[in-house]
Amino acid sequence: MPDITRRRALTATAALATTAAVAALAAPAASAAGHDHPMPMPQPPSTFDEVYKGRRIQGRPMSGGGHHHEHGGGFEVLIDGVPLHVMRNADGSWISVVSHYDPMATPRAAARAAVDELQGAPLLPFPTN
Amino acid sequence: MTVRKNQAALTTDEKKRFVGAVLELKRNGRYDEFVRTHNEFIMSDTDSGERTGHRSPSFLPWHRRFLLDFEQALQSVDSSVALPYWDWSTDRTTRAALWAPDFLGGTGRSADGRVMDGPFSASAGNWPMTIRVDGRSFLRRSLGTAVRELPTPAEVESVLSIPTYDMAPYNSASDGFRNNLEGWRGVNLHNRVHVWVGGQMATGVSPNDPVFWLHHAYVDKLWAQWQRRHPGAGYAPTGGTPDVVDLDETMKPWNDVRPADLLDHTKFYTFDS
Repeated sequence: MPDITRRRALTATAALATTAAVAALAAPAASAAGHDHPMPMPQPPSTFDEVYKGRRIQGRPMSGGGHHHEHGGGFEVLIDGVPLHVMRNADGSWISVVSHYDPMATPRAAARAAVDELQGAPLLPFPTN
Repeated sequence: MTVRKNQAALTTDEKKRFVGAVLELKRNGRYDEFVRTHNEFIMSDTDSGERTGHRSPSFLPWHRRFLLDFEQALQSVDSSVALPYWDWSTDRTTRAALWAPDFLGGTGRSADGRVMDGPFSASAGNWPMTIRVDGRSFLRRSLGTAVRELPTPAEVESVLSIPTYDMAPYNSASDGFRNNLEGWRGVNLHNRVHVWVGGQMATGVSPNDPVFWLHHAYVDKLWAQWQRRHPGAGYAPTGGTPDVVDLDETMKPWNDVRPADLLDHTKFYTFDS
């Protein structure tokens, strides 16, 4: 890919324009597929700290920085203090390692989906290689 | 030459041999290396960075090679075994023979998702969850719970009709055949099947469920059908793309195979139809 194209693809402007177009296209398709996860405009995710179904879920800007497994745009999610591997998609939606094929609108929604999926089981720390 | 058959057409003996070979790979430790590799790629493939196994054009050739490795491992146990495929647009209910106790076993019980029958149930004692992301050590499924419907033949057809293989930015935001088949855009084929099965299949350690291979063997077959439908369309991109595997670049983790080497499946196997 020519360098100019790559720079354009990486700018926030391009990301916003792409997401707006994609959100308009994705909404009817998502409901047709039985999903109900509206795609958000990209913006810094909100910090959260709450007890959901008896478990503490936290989302916050990552401390330390530069971590090898940091794929959430500098944002980390924890369940009962254990890091949940999360990832931000190009359209601003989020997935986690326990719900990897089903994007959620926010990291809080991904954390809640993980608690639902875990059914009380402890999360294991992911390898930090 | 290996012939990959529709799972619905397998004989009792073919099912028995497939299950036996999978259990032997589990017993000797080779199976879990496949689970580990898949999870490493799924956690490191990102839309804004290096991406190889998922959310990128190489999703299809990467999984073709991954399945070839697994199939060769099965054949080292029993040379008669080939990977079957699951056409989920046709065999789309929990009553499909795929989920019978003589093959993969059925859905999990409601309390904890635990699969209670078949050769891969925890109670059979041959299927420990070694590579896992949480504390549970038993195979789980929740067929048709998180999403009610598997893709329909009409939805498959709509994706096969897309004429372009892949498009910039070559990630989960792309238009084109690859991303619509992968499911980050549009009617959602591959991703939705992972979600429909539930349990480990919905996670980064999805190969813990043997149905992973049958699902991906059908995704792979759809790529072959797309190629026949669009003989003039090729893999993209074809060169100079940062973070993305171009046609003639080698792919991790093998480092000696390119998408170009994997476009023609008939070098390795054919399908029953």
